[in-house]
Amino acid sequence: MSMSSVLRDVRLGVIGILPIALAAVPFGLLLGSEAVRRGLSPAEISLMSMIVFAGSAQFLTVSIWSHPAPWAALALAAFLINLRHVLMSASLSPKLKHFRSSQKALVAFLLADEIWALNERRAMIHQITPGFYFGTALGLYVIWLAATIAGTVLGETLPAPETIGFDFVFAALFISLVTGFAKTWRALPVVISSLAASLLFKSVFGGTGFIVAGGLAGMIAAALLPPEQKEAP
Amino acid sequence: MNLDPATVMAIIAMAFATYATRISGFIIGPYLPEQGRLKQALDAVPAAVLTAVIAPTLFNSPAELFAAVVTAIAARRLPALGAIAVGVCAVLLGRQFLGHW
Repeated sequence: MSMSSVLRDVRLGVIGILPIALAAVPFGLLLGSEAVRRGLSPAEISLMSMIVFAGSAQFLTVSIWSHPAPWAALALAAFLINLRHVLMSASLSPKLKHFRSSQKALVAFLLADEIWALNERRAMIHQITPGFYFGTALGLYVIWLAATIAGTVLGETLPAPETIGFDFVFAALFISLVTGFAKTWRALPVVISSLAASLLFKSVFGGTGFIVAGGLAGMIAAALLPPEQKEAP
Repeated sequence: MNLDPATVMAIIAMAFATYATRISGFIIGPYLPEQGRLKQALDAVPAAVLTAVIAPTLFNSPAELFAAVVTAIAARRLPALGAIAVGVCAVLLGRQFLGHW
């Protein structure tokens, strides 16, 4: 593959992630300011955005942070919140067969929800290239880190995201992605099972296990459907 | 530069925990079937997991449920960014005019 076509794919990836990354800015700001309030230094929360790079896990652990940090409890919390990434990476794996092992190792490091969702969407219409994947990841990584750092500086001068409707941005993004994935009637039992199981699990057990519970319920519903017939064109 | 050893240790542990979840699918990937029931289940992961992530948000308040329906309809006709803009306007309107459960 020529250099110019790699650069073209990188640019496509960056452009694709840009609106999503900009939507993440208020959350990065909030994370930075919340971290400082909980006694983490700007250097520490920046390090977390650099090497953990997982918004929901960062929010939850920062909200329960104490000093000295209970590292095992915090790591376990991050692990449980991120269990959904087992399903996400398993689903993405066959679409990246042409990536080298070293590239897959880096892909996994950068596999935030938004990166995963955008690349799954891309895989529906086009083979994912390393240029495209790392373009999307680069865009989110830089903006997420910059927003985190800015949040530590701006602190309490920031408006709460819900006053400007920004807390709904991710829900809206994920809804529009689900409508993209749910093209045929076969998606209906998947979406309904996932919805029912995740709500039930959350109301009974609380916590963050509801994502995996809903994901598994949707997968079971899909497995129970009659095998897909290849229809004549 | 202010780095507390216990905090840095916790952040590194979180990084390993997160990486473990994200690499696992690539490790088991080559052993996953290319057809059959398990393949059907794996193909459903995007819709199933994304739905589960947002499910609790949808039922937070009538405003969110209203905005979710509006967003889903908008997403059939508009690109993602347009659907998001419509959804955010809908949730703000909903919070103005719809109460709580």
